[in-house]
Amino acid sequence: MRIGVVTFPGTLDDRDALRAVRLAGAEGVALWHGDDDLQDVDAVILPGGFSYGDYLRAGAISRFAPVMEKVVDAAHGGMPVLGICNGFQILCESHLLPGSMIKNAHRAFICRDQPLRVENNRTAWTTAYDADQVIRIPLKNQDGQFVADQRTLEELEAEGRVVFRYAEGATHGPEGFETNPNGSRHDIAGITNAYGNVVGLMPHPEHAVEAGFGPDEPGRATRTGVDGLGFFTSVMRSLVA
Amino acid sequence: MPRVVVHVMPKPEILDPQGKAVAGALPRLGFDGISSVRQGKRFELEVDGTVDEAALARIREAAETLLSNPVIEDVVAIDVADEAERGEA
Repeated sequence: MRIGVVTFPGTLDDRDALRAVRLAGAEGVALWHGDDDLQDVDAVILPGGFSYGDYLRAGAISRFAPVMEKVVDAAHGGMPVLGICNGFQILCESHLLPGSMIKNAHRAFICRDQPLRVENNRTAWTTAYDADQVIRIPLKNQDGQFVADQRTLEELEAEGRVVFRYAEGATHGPEGFETNPNGSRHDIAGITNAYGNVVGLMPHPEHAVEAGFGPDEPGRATRTGVDGLGFFTSVMRSLVA
Repeated sequence: MPRVVVHVMPKPEILDPQGKAVAGALPRLGFDGISSVRQGKRFELEVDGTVDEAALARIREAAETLLSNPVIEDVVAIDVADEAERGEA
């Protein structure tokens, strides 16, 4: 099973995403933004970072990279696609997912281990989780505030397309942002498309896949968190199903 | 060479954190009497040849495709700046 991870100029988390894929038991395939070739992968991950410097808007220029034309086509054909952080922003700019991200409402960069409630465990990337399970994975962003017009928000809610919502239990954060770290509408951390094959979220599952290198779990030893691994085992399960 | 100026602003209903940051700093510097600030973007495009209706239509398309994201931003104006204006600037 081959899972591609795209590197754009300014991508930071491509190696961590490839490592997460390997730890889950799949083959990680490095994809390059300038190639219009997906190298026969079965799924694609758009990792975090600051592609093209995010100078115009986060994800705005990446959307027009040669590889994205192939990713958009493949996504429309049903291939599982996961966008993490900057990858989520790219999926929104590509119109594979609705809405957009603007600067955090408190105007500061935020980095913390973030509890999330799994609200939809039927997508290609979330079947390893229980419905309403709370997972804890790292979050780190500046432009993480999810916004969409009222009609889009109502549609997302009505169709069960909110996949993750920010939950209580973070250890720190600016006043007023103890649960929702950035002011996102409806506490939305991640969403999916109508078919459940495309998922985007701001927090980082690929940083929570190996004990000793993951987030702290309250009441347990430090860095033990591996709650992110389920994304990668889920997609493998969906590909054989 | 003619220049076309594209102005992009955050949509009125979207919170503008950058504008809020500027609005918060103004009174600290003694600039009183400004109740709110919204921060947008100005793009200056140098255009080959003349700016006719067709060229403007292409620029409008570019403005709505790449220069702005219609989910969060509006293209509020597209102005053609003539040579005289540029000389004064």
